[in-house]
Amino acid sequence: MAKFKGTVVVNVERCKGCELCVAACPSGVLGMSHHANTKGYNYAQMINEDACIGCASCGYVCPDGCLTIYKQKYE
Amino acid sequence: MKGNEAIAHAAIRSGCDGYFGYPITPQSEVMETLMEIEPWKTTGMVVLQAESEVASINMVYGGAGCGKRVMTSSSSPGISLMQEGISYIACAELPCVIVNVMRGGPGLGTIQPSQADYFQSVKGGGHGDYRLITLAPNSVQEMADHTSLAFDLAFKYRTPVLLLADGAIGQMMEKVTLPPARPRRTEEEIRKECPWATLGKRHGQKGNVITSLALLAEEMEAQNLKLQAKYAEISTNEIRVEKYMCDDADYVVVAFGLCARICKNAVETARANGQKVGLLRPITLWPFPTEEIRGLAERTKGMLVVELSSGQMVEDVRLAANGKVDVQFYGRLGGIVPSPQEVTDALHKLMNH
Amino acid sequence: MNNEIAKPENLVYTKTPVLNDVPMHYCPGCSHGVVHKLIAEVIDEMGIQETAIGIAPVGCAVFAYKYIEIDWQQAAHGRAPALATAIKRLMPNKTVFTYQGDGDLAAIGTAETIHACNRGENIAIIFINNGIYGMTGGQMAPTTLEGMKTSTCPYGRNPEINGYPLNITKLVAELEGTRYVTRQAVHTVAAVRKAKKAIRKAFEYSMEGKGTSFVEIVSTCNSGWKLSPVQSNKWMEENMFKAYPLGDFKDR
Repeated sequence: MAKFKGTVVVNVERCKGCELCVAACPSGVLGMSHHANTKGYNYAQMINEDACIGCASCGYVCPDGCLTIYKQKYE
Repeated sequence: MKGNEAIAHAAIRSGCDGYFGYPITPQSEVMETLMEIEPWKTTGMVVLQAESEVASINMVYGGAGCGKRVMTSSSSPGISLMQEGISYIACAELPCVIVNVMRGGPGLGTIQPSQADYFQSVKGGGHGDYRLITLAPNSVQEMADHTSLAFDLAFKYRTPVLLLADGAIGQMMEKVTLPPARPRRTEEEIRKECPWATLGKRHGQKGNVITSLALLAEEMEAQNLKLQAKYAEISTNEIRVEKYMCDDADYVVVAFGLCARICKNAVETARANGQKVGLLRPITLWPFPTEEIRGLAERTKGMLVVELSSGQMVEDVRLAANGKVDVQFYGRLGGIVPSPQEVTDALHKLMNH
Repeated sequence: MNNEIAKPENLVYTKTPVLNDVPMHYCPGCSHGVVHKLIAEVIDEMGIQETAIGIAPVGCAVFAYKYIEIDWQQAAHGRAPALATAIKRLMPNKTVFTYQGDGDLAAIGTAETIHACNRGENIAIIFINNGIYGMTGGQMAPTTLEGMKTSTCPYGRNPEINGYPLNITKLVAELEGTRYVTRQAVHTVAAVRKAKKAIRKAFEYSMEGKGTSFVEIVSTCNSGWKLSPVQSNKWMEENMFKAYPLGDFKDR
């Protein structure tokens, strides 16, 4: 059965740390960084990379267009 | 034709793209004439009856923001409703023509002619530091000519232009020669003349934005200074005035619009009696012919300002005369028009003072 | 991040360039951002970046023109439909839309909204309803729910004092001039996808000359509501959707 592996690239400086992506992710991939960007926001990051299936749910709900999602098919 | 009808015909011939208005006496013939002619079938000009004067002026904002030749017309109470929009238009530097066929106020007032919107027109009826080029026609011919001129000035300076008439000029019938017909401009021509217009973003360029918002005080001051520089340029270039028998005059009557016609009659009576009286008629109320009046104040014995108001333009005449000559005032209020005899009587009072 | 996967041929989703790189001034988690993004995506996908003209309102979205890279006009409070009317009538070949909040569209601009819809202007109206005045600091909106607290109804909206919440979308659906009237939200992936389809339909319809399209997006204002963005979505589902249920009112 084909399986997908995905990854999320976060535009750290654009992120405002609203956490909507964290709530939207069905696989618990995302969490918030303990570091802040230059605007003082804790930004989103992948905390469970292997679980990402590249569904882009995080990207759709992100209000600031910070997230770029890739996915690759594995046999 | 009627003065109001002349505006409609002249607008079409000036290549007007759109008229947006709301009926109000005594200027409803402007839209009625347009609706009867149906210019959308010939030149493609849009004519729309809006839900209010507030909507009309904001339709004008929208159209003007696209670099289109657009206009509205109304009468005093309706023009009051438009003041917010006019302020936004002035700040966003949008060219357009606004016609006010004045009636007696304040309030709902009367439908009879008045000139009591002078302050509102030339001192900024809306909020903020702005000016309107204000043209004051005194005949049906000038209603037509000034409509065409108003569009030219509006686009030359990217600024709203007010045509300030009154109920009598709007309703009176006279012979008129209409201005030469100009075609409406194509989108490409508008893009060339108005590179700021919102006609759709140009490829490879940033989008155009029409706005009057500048939250930073420094930016807002810069925008104000830009406006003031433009107003200074207009004041230098665009003052228009008619002088009648002023060259040897001992006394000068100052009046605009309908009042100037009545006063001309009184001046002719005075001349027939051997009295050296002249008439100065400001055609632009803003910019105001301050220098012309100052010059006359320095070599005459007295001035009489006649208005259909409690005395509004007289303040600008007195500022121009700067105490050099006695400036008296005669006016009728609330829609009453003085007779030439009343002006003659006021002149006698001035001369015997 | 997995560099093996992050390659152009594996791209699934990224910000459209029509939404430019200027950081949006909205509060973290604000629905405005999602809707801006959807409009930008629709403009991109329809290929209308050079023929679309947007009208920005007064309110939080006053700066919409800074973020979506098209030609914009910024209207006086409530007057966006009047501007759009003139622009569309003067240039029927352009895609003209307004973007308005509940105060702008349903309070001060009610007359312009109703009459533009009633004339059947061929424009798209995008209406953000979060039941509160965000920009001015959380005052009561025409759409504020009964009992909902705002800074100008601090004990909750009381119809005896404040009148009732205005369901303007239901109202415009009654008008002959409207062709498409729908109410959407952007709180979940599924909702976002549906809202985007609605916006696209509204934009497409506006070019067909058959009347006004009106898309309400029930939205959150977490700053005004004094909740976190995630809590706001939940509160919206539990409260706003009762008064403002999602779905199409009209599509003809």
